[in-house]
Formats: sequence, C-alpha cells, structure tokens
Amino acid sequence: MADRYSFSLTTFSPSGKLVQIEYALNAVAQGVTSIGIKATNGVVIATEKKTGSALVDDTTVEKVVMICSNIGVVYSGMGPDARVLVDRARKAAQEYKRIYNVEPPTSVLVKEVASIMQEFTQSGGVRPFGVSLLMAGFEEAGPALYQIDPSGSFFAWKATAIGKNMINAKTFLEKRFTSSMEIEDAVHTAILTLKEGFEGAMTDSSLEIGIATMETTINSHGVPTKTGTFRRLRPAEIKDYLANIA
Amino acid sequence: MSIMQYNGGCLVGMKGKNCVAIASDRRFGVQALGLSTNFQRMFSVSNRLYYGLAGLGTDVQTLSEKFRMSVNMYKLKEERDIAPTTFASLVSSTLYERRFGPYFSEPVIVGLEKDDTPFICATDLIGCINFAKDFVVTGTSSEQLYGMCEALWEPDLEPEDLFETISQAMLNAVDRDALSGWGAVVHVITPTQVITRTLKGRMD
Repeated sequence: MADRYSFSLTTFSPSGKLVQIEYALNAVAQGVTSIGIKATNGVVIATEKKTGSALVDDTTVEKVVMICSNIGVVYSGMGPDARVLVDRARKAAQEYKRIYNVEPPTSVLVKEVASIMQEFTQSGGVRPFGVSLLMAGFEEAGPALYQIDPSGSFFAWKATAIGKNMINAKTFLEKRFTSSMEIEDAVHTAILTLKEGFEGAMTDSSLEIGIATMETTINSHGVPTKTGTFRRLRPAEIKDYLANIA
Repeated sequence: MSIMQYNGGCLVGMKGKNCVAIASDRRFGVQALGLSTNFQRMFSVSNRLYYGLAGLGTDVQTLSEKFRMSVNMYKLKEERDIAPTTFASLVSSTLYERRFGPYFSEPVIVGLEKDDTPFICATDLIGCINFAKDFVVTGTSSEQLYGMCEALWEPDLEPEDLFETISQAMLNAVDRDALSGWGAVVHVITPTQVITRTLKGRMD
C-alpha cells in the first residue's frame, strides 16, 4: 500500500500519511546523532564531525553553524539540504533585522524555517528536506531549543537528540537531565550523551559544540550590554571539557 | 503650497522622570478652511507606547491603519508586546519603503521601555529616526514648538509638572500658527497609568 503512493509527494496515502515525509524522516534517522540541551542560563547543541577518511581537511567542515548573532543550528541528515536551509534561515533573520533592527527571537525564526520546510511538502516538482534541525538561541525571554522536522513541524525541547542514536541518547538524557542544570553541566552532559553512540575517537576536532548564552558585548553605541549570543566552542575549550570526562 | 501644510496640525513629545507625555492639536482643515475640531492624530500601540502623526490627513489615517496591522501581526507571531525601539524601527522601515513616493507624514513616538525607562523619538517623512533626550516636535507649528519646548522644558519633571509643561508648550505654540490649534489633547504615560486630558485653548 505504501509503495503505490510513495511516488508522488503531494498525494496522501489511504492511511492519511505523506509517505515522502516518512522517508525523509528515515534519511534523518540515518544521519549522525546531534544533541541539544537547554540549561537555566543557556543552550548547548553538539554533534560528531564524521569525515569519511583521515585525508579529509576537517577544518572546512562545519555542522554547528550560526544563523544570526543569537541563534545557532545543528542538523542530522543530508548535509547539502542543511546548507540550503541555513542560507534561507540566515536570509530570513537579516530580513527581520531590516524591518525591526533587532535579532529575531528563536521562536519567530523557527516558525519561518518550519514554513519553508513545509512549502517543500506541498509544492510541485520538489522533495522534502532530508534533515532535522536543532535550533538553539538566547533572547529576552531566555534560552530556547527547538527541533524542526522535514514535515515542517517543530517542537520546543528541554533536551533532545536526533539522528542515528536518538532513542538511546534520549533515554540517557531523560535520566541525566535536571531543570536546574547550568550551561557547563549541560555541555558536559551533551558530551557524555554523544559518547554513547560515538563512532571513532572523541577529540577536539571530531566534536562540534555550540552554545547560546547571555554575554556582555559592546553595542553600536559603544556601550557594553548583555545580549543573547551564539558561538561555537573553540578546540581548546572542547579539549578542557574532554579532559573532565576522561 | 506645500503638501505638508495642506491640512495643518502638530505634535509634541516630552521625556519626564519615569514618564513621557505626548500632545497634539485637533484642527483638520483644507488650507485656510477649517473643517474639524476633533481630528485624531495620536494613536496607542499599547498602554505604554503611543505615537502621533502630523502632516497630510489621509496619510495620517492610512499610516495609523498600516501600523495597527503590523503591530497586531507582530503581537500574534511573537506573543509579546512590541518594544518602543523596535516599533520605532518598524515605523522607520515602513516609511523608507516609500522612499521615492513618500507618505507625507512625520511621526512622533513616545513610550516606556520594559524596565520603565522613558523613550521618545521622531522621524522625518522617509524614516530618519531622531532619538531625542528631551523633546520631539513635528507639524506646521514645529518651529514655534521648538521655541516653547527649549524655553520651558527641564529634565526630570514629575508627571503632573510634565503635563503643565507640555500643555503650555502646545497651547502657546499653536496660537502663533494659523493652521494648528482648535483644541488640544495630552496623554501622560507613567508605569502605572495613562492620564488623558483635553485642553481648553483659543478656538481661532
């Protein structure tokens, strides 16, 4: 039954599913695991940088990326699809900034990216994106962590995992997560969670971690202000965290 | 004849101690012919953010409807009230969208920020924001208002004193302008309430 309706994205199957979206989720489930954890004072997202061979120049591979100064994203699934979404998300964020002269709140950007992904489930001649995104940000309302699926549905999470090892990772997180965690504990927990399903050695160059926290920056008037900021952890910082694990 | 002087009208906004005030006149006319003594030039975005529009009457009305729509959409999408600085940027970008065929209206925005800090600003007809520290004026009697405000305003006025100051500035300025006056309305915004008063002025 599924086979007869799997050729056309825009056709519902009798059971009420859009099979292409199911298959897109399968593509995601084959992807490298990504973790997201929301702490009281920040959000952490992390993934394994898995390169096919030791000859690959992995300094050019970036899976945890900044969308705008307060929001970052990590993906599980097809890298090229993720790059397209990152471009669209960055553009959407800057267009918001053109109108309001402030960074978009995470919830607003998530809705925007989710509706882009939904467009590709209801248009002709296209296929859904083969990625799920974990979007992490910090704004006035505090830290925020969202998952966006190929169907365009999004969920806010306290802690979650997507990709290959998501079931085991989520079970691990359910035990380890506490709502009073601070950002350093969250990073520590994220690394431990990834360790469970890690293929290969965990080093500062095979782990990508990004955090969204409240940082003091100099604003356009030269005044130090506290704003939500997303940044990737430097290899030296990742090394420190790994030293605490071992 | 300048299009900005076709209908007449003016506005002034002032900063006080933990409060802001905005005042407008009520005249609407077609050049020398006065038509209305209760034209609405000031609009509220929330109970902590007010703005006013001076200039061509039709643009005042159209812009107020445009801003009402944008703010309603913002509120539904973001599930929060719009901040004064964000609203000012929204006004600026809306006006600049029409850079080469502008709305003939110059807004004044006053409000209290989330931490109750007073905020005032004004923009020109194509969206250049003037973040003032003391007062902002616009309209056909802007020159007169500048003079009155410069003479009467002082920093850290309490709400009641700010009301007196802004009222005197408005009443005396419009009396020197043929196209403004015919009544005045003042809103004083404090963290706890908004006090609206209608002023008794010369109806000529």
